[in-house]
Amino acid sequence: MSDMLKVSSSPHVREKDTTSRIMLYVIIALTPTSIFGIVNFGWHAALLIAVTIASCVATEWVFNKIVKKPNTLGDLSAVVTGLLLALNLPPALPWWMAVLGGVFAIAIVKCLFGGLGQNFMNPALGARCFLITAFAANMTSFSASRFAADTFTGATPLAIIKNGDGFVNTMDMLLGKTAGTIGETSTLLILIGAIFLILMGVIDLRIPGAYIITFVVFLLLFSGRGFDWNYLVAQLCGGGLMLGAFFMATDYVTSPITPAGQIIFGICCGLLTGIFRLFGANAEGVSFAIIISNLLVPIIEKYTIPKAFGLKKEKEAKS
Amino acid sequence: MSLRTFKGGVHPFEGKELSKDKPITELLPKGLLVYPMSQHIGAPATPIVNVGDSVLKGQKIAEAGGFVSSPIFASVSGIVKAIEPHRVPTGDMVQSIVIESDGQFIETTYTPVDDVTALSREEIIDRIKEGGVVGMGGAGFPTHVKLSPKEPDKIDRVIANCAECEPYLTSDYRIMLEYTEKLVEGMKIILQLFPNAQGIFGVENNKPDCIEKLEEAIKGEPRLSVCPLATKYPQGGERQMIYAVTGRMINSKMLPADAGCVVDNVETITSIYDAVKLGRPNMERIFTVTGDAVADPRNFKFCMGTSYQELLDAAGGCKTEPEKMISGGTMMGFALFDLDVPTTKTTSALLCLTKDEVSRAKGTACINCGRCVEACPELLVPSKLAKFSEKGKSEDFETWHGLECVECGSCSFICPAKRPLAQAIKDMKKDILAAKRKK
Repeated sequence: MSDMLKVSSSPHVREKDTTSRIMLYVIIALTPTSIFGIVNFGWHAALLIAVTIASCVATEWVFNKIVKKPNTLGDLSAVVTGLLLALNLPPALPWWMAVLGGVFAIAIVKCLFGGLGQNFMNPALGARCFLITAFAANMTSFSASRFAADTFTGATPLAIIKNGDGFVNTMDMLLGKTAGTIGETSTLLILIGAIFLILMGVIDLRIPGAYIITFVVFLLLFSGRGFDWNYLVAQLCGGGLMLGAFFMATDYVTSPITPAGQIIFGICCGLLTGIFRLFGANAEGVSFAIIISNLLVPIIEKYTIPKAFGLKKEKEAKS
Repeated sequence: MSLRTFKGGVHPFEGKELSKDKPITELLPKGLLVYPMSQHIGAPATPIVNVGDSVLKGQKIAEAGGFVSSPIFASVSGIVKAIEPHRVPTGDMVQSIVIESDGQFIETTYTPVDDVTALSREEIIDRIKEGGVVGMGGAGFPTHVKLSPKEPDKIDRVIANCAECEPYLTSDYRIMLEYTEKLVEGMKIILQLFPNAQGIFGVENNKPDCIEKLEEAIKGEPRLSVCPLATKYPQGGERQMIYAVTGRMINSKMLPADAGCVVDNVETITSIYDAVKLGRPNMERIFTVTGDAVADPRNFKFCMGTSYQELLDAAGGCKTEPEKMISGGTMMGFALFDLDVPTTKTTSALLCLTKDEVSRAKGTACINCGRCVEACPELLVPSKLAKFSEKGKSEDFETWHGLECVECGSCSFICPAKRPLAQAIKDMKKDILAAKRKK
């Protein structure tokens, strides 16, 4: 009998949650806004979502084959990357650009740095920034929402505010009846997904909370509009801020693991987004704000090493 | 009002239902009993019997090997068969005395005390020392050393660690229910050593019957109280227990006494009573045989030195083929590869599981999710520490306070990527501490 026994270091039990289950939760949380994106922008949006995910999954499979690493598709992280990237693409983007984005996200940003857990930048956002730089025209031309009542074809609410021409309906923005990338328009559905993730214990409010609060404070101080309710809501609901704050900035791999670091990271994201939106040439700035903050993570972690239990007291006792 | 507890921690499957309602039954061993000379922290004991000697139950067979050490006693009457290295549950080979029981269980004579309150501090400490009492929760630190802090008057809290947070274990639970008086009397003896201290029983609230029973038993005792605690692992960790009960924090370089506390486990306290009041040395204890593979999970009062195999047989053996056998609970127990190992002062359970979750778990790379950070009762960053350990970065490991780890295993338990975090951290901790001792 004894030759059948398994021997290992304690503990001898494991919690049920797994990496793939966490990724599955993220996919579930993104489903409402994805479906709405398809309803809002039509079948081309569905095509983009499908090809981006397929491109990410295929790239990871091929990469692992080439470098003779075990297949890692089971962790579902490539699917999450593909879905997030697709949700950040304009609905009318040529499909091959989306495929290219998927390849870039997985091969360059993720796998070359060692695969899951090793990349220093959010793969989906890295690829989005790559596409914005490479295909500026396509990446910034937005088709109108199917529900749009007015004739502002292709102008995102933030672009409207930036140019100062016209009125944005914040109720439309809350519901998502505006132009924008596939998955960023419906604040309501994004928040429903975010609440699901919080309830499932996948994310907490440290990063998104610090991000959003910092951003609002920054706007109040520097936008020159004071407390303009309509303006603030439009800024919060537009430009993928909600998608970024709850789904991209909270990416485990590319955000600090230290609790204090997470708050500082959120503040960095909020500040950079504010700067880019108010002073940049572009109306948006979430993607760049998050990936620049990603680069700061090692430094943030280094200076936010948590005090171990009881250590503080020791210093007091000595002095 | 939320219950007192600590930050972090996890909720592993408790599994206590299997054996909690089984009253303690006495098990008399047959055949050979093995007494390892190291059943405690500190110097090994030195044998004072020779092969061929006949011994009585309760007779001292090995003398303490120093101040931080503890004597060892025969738990049966019989003949010394051998003095040789023998494997112990932790896997090490330890010099041991082997005694063949004569089946008579003839006890030596003890010197009980009528009035414990008449004893001086030195007399009490001496009786505890001579009774071979050590921390029976698992650490095995000699109790007489623990109860001899530099300034006894500064101790203001004596905490009875009644948490029993380790899954599956029910021996402390049964003691609290069945030996309540003994536990309270033992506590009073400790309080006699510390005139300025309050005695507190810290009990997890998953044992409401124990809380009730203890509260009933301490009625009219101004120096004793019961403190219900939230049920969370590792509530019974010494530092976590002190924090939950008193709000004071200690770290790896401090002793509980530095925070004015003395913490003793349930069974240590009843052993103190036996040693001081009855003069009966530490040679028996309560042991849980449990797990889904065991035919008849039970709580035994047994003689130390009995082999694990004999205890398992007494519980009806295994009804299904076990995949893993553990000495202790699922969180901090040692996996056994052989049941031909003796029970000692610090072994409290044998757990036989039909399925080993660890070898079945499929892991991925660390995704930096931070669940280990949330779970760590020492507020560390286990995923980082494990990476430093894997890369041999001992300086980074110390910068991130790795030496504060209490090895509770909460990080490995919670990890969705199923990384062996605790194992990696324990490895590096061991290396660093060994290097420090060399200096």
